[in-house]
Amino acid sequence: MTRRVQVVEDILSDNDRQAMENRRALEAAGVFSLNLMASPGAGKTSLIERTTQALRDRLRIGVIDGDLATRLDADRAAAAGAQAVQINTGGQCHLDAAMVRAGLAELDLNQLDLLLIENVGNLVCTAAFAIGAHRNVLVASVPEGDDKPYKYPASYLSIDALVLNKIDLLPYVAFDLERFRRGVEVLNPDLDFFAVSCTTSEGLAPWVEWIGQAVSPRGTATKADR
Amino acid sequence: MHELSLAESTLALALRHAEKAGATRVTALHMVVGEFTTLEETSLGYYWERVCRGTPADGSRLNIRRTRARLKCLACSQEYEVEDGTWHCPSCQADRVRLVSGDECYLESIEVEEPA
Repeated sequence: MTRRVQVVEDILSDNDRQAMENRRALEAAGVFSLNLMASPGAGKTSLIERTTQALRDRLRIGVIDGDLATRLDADRAAAAGAQAVQINTGGQCHLDAAMVRAGLAELDLNQLDLLLIENVGNLVCTAAFAIGAHRNVLVASVPEGDDKPYKYPASYLSIDALVLNKIDLLPYVAFDLERFRRGVEVLNPDLDFFAVSCTTSEGLAPWVEWIGQAVSPRGTATKADR
Repeated sequence: MHELSLAESTLALALRHAEKAGATRVTALHMVVGEFTTLEETSLGYYWERVCRGTPADGSRLNIRRTRARLKCLACSQEYEVEDGTWHCPSCQADRVRLVSGDECYLESIEVEEPA
């Protein structure tokens, strides 16, 4: 006999539950975390290097690096002064909550204030999988073009902050900054926007300050309590 | 692409609910997927057939209902569907909006066979 069983449950509910557990583990250790998403080549690793260099005297920084293969990015983050682990996804186009849990297990969370999670370079799939980070950040870059928010709305919907990198290239590339911002803000009017160049350091200060402010109140309170 | 992960997650979810219902086989699944959910149906169907092999959902039909994205204008509160890829409000032309629905991806129901 055949019958219909009502389910009504999110396909990714298992992942979402694991993401919540990751968040709880981070909160328990007093670590503030960012999920950095971008297309390949937008400058995620460069942004992590510059952010780590700017904050390493104030904060203890960890990095989880997701890539299809190699540990090139984790080595760069470690050289910049972070406690870094590499996760190779073996072909999977995004980090999921279980992979991040494995990365968390390799870090000494009690020795960290800030965790930067570099997702796999991919503008589509990363947005679908919660990993438990406190803020979702998209790193875009000038050479990608000003039409990307219109073509990848889902990626721009779920983010808390947007970093536009490589603004030193604006004089050389046909990129309408106003059109780009309109495309982003139509669907996500409340997000924080930072226009930066990791090459010239232009615009990095407000981004670094944004992180510093998000971390210190919880960081100091939680660490002092221990 | 992440269709393989979605196929595996969908199967796990369906089998869990089938077992809870005391069923021995899953014959069909009904999924609801929003317009703004990035999902390629052909690719999902390809993986579906493969992940189900040798499981109680072997040979099952995967039905996907796509739902339109609904937006709400933050200026005049009008709700509307996205037309021709333009997102601004059709009433007042304002261009600050919220997504009300259209990014969902859930399993609505399954059809199962029970032991006679």
